[in-house]
Amino acid sequence: MKELSLNILDIAENSVKAGASLTQILIDETDNRLVLSIVDDGCGMSPEIVRSVIDPFYTTRTTRKVGMGVPLLKLACEQTGGSLAIESVTADQNPEKHGTKVTATFFTDHIDFTPLGDVVSSIVTLIQGHPDTDFLFRHTRGENRAELDTREIRQVLEDVPLSSYEVISWIESYLREQYDDFS
Amino acid sequence: MKTLAELQAIKNRMKDKVILRDGLEGTRVVVGMATCGIAAGARPVLNALVQGVNEQGLGDKVSVTQTGCIGICQFEPVVEVFEAGKEKTTYVKMTAEKAQRVIEEHLKGGKVVTEYTIGAAQA
Repeated sequence: MKELSLNILDIAENSVKAGASLTQILIDETDNRLVLSIVDDGCGMSPEIVRSVIDPFYTTRTTRKVGMGVPLLKLACEQTGGSLAIESVTADQNPEKHGTKVTATFFTDHIDFTPLGDVVSSIVTLIQGHPDTDFLFRHTRGENRAELDTREIRQVLEDVPLSSYEVISWIESYLREQYDDFS
Repeated sequence: MKTLAELQAIKNRMKDKVILRDGLEGTRVVVGMATCGIAAGARPVLNALVQGVNEQGLGDKVSVTQTGCIGICQFEPVVEVFEAGKEKTTYVKMTAEKAQRVIEEHLKGGKVVTEYTIGAAQA
């Protein structure tokens, strides 16, 4: 992937497919460290599935159950000296609190750090494609912060779909404005 | 500054539109947005289509949606156009610029841009 924001888009799609009602996309930058977390309340994965999504060659699968998305993210963080972790709880294990958390840590001063790229575009794309699920996005870099919670937007819009062009355009400008203050 | 009050205004404007749209048998434009599509550049293609369709005033007739892997990863980014009573059109190796031409000539003008289709790519 040319930009980390594309990995974010790709991994967050997994959360939506897992039936998440809320997917959180959190980016925290402190000094030379960037931590990306994608946290959902979807169906979760068994430990065996978790192993197989990290390494696509772990199992001789007959059906194509997992893809290259997670391995590509793992590569992107490990090539900076960072690491990837997945925690997951299935609905069977805990009907009250289940879901998956993918955490990738990057060292931004490493020469092989992939630039974050256009994160706003990825968030907008996610909302456009999945207007019926909620996303919480928060990016902090030192004192700077950009944030969006579709639950708040939904409350204002009532039955107007979040994928409406006017709404999507508003969300994009709203986020881009917040990045204007980023240093 | 963008405010939630603006969003409220959008909501009030959209209310009637939503009802209008329900009864229409429109054109569906579908963009493959799996890992293969995203890696090949589907995000700017999708955004160009969403923006172009709406800015050209086609928003009521054409919907732009996303799907997973279509199964022809080597041809990504792939865009499929479904029109009532017509055969599906599959555009391959798309870019934001090609998307503009598809909006102009196909979605607006009704003429398939043959050179971008999978048929032309395989010939």
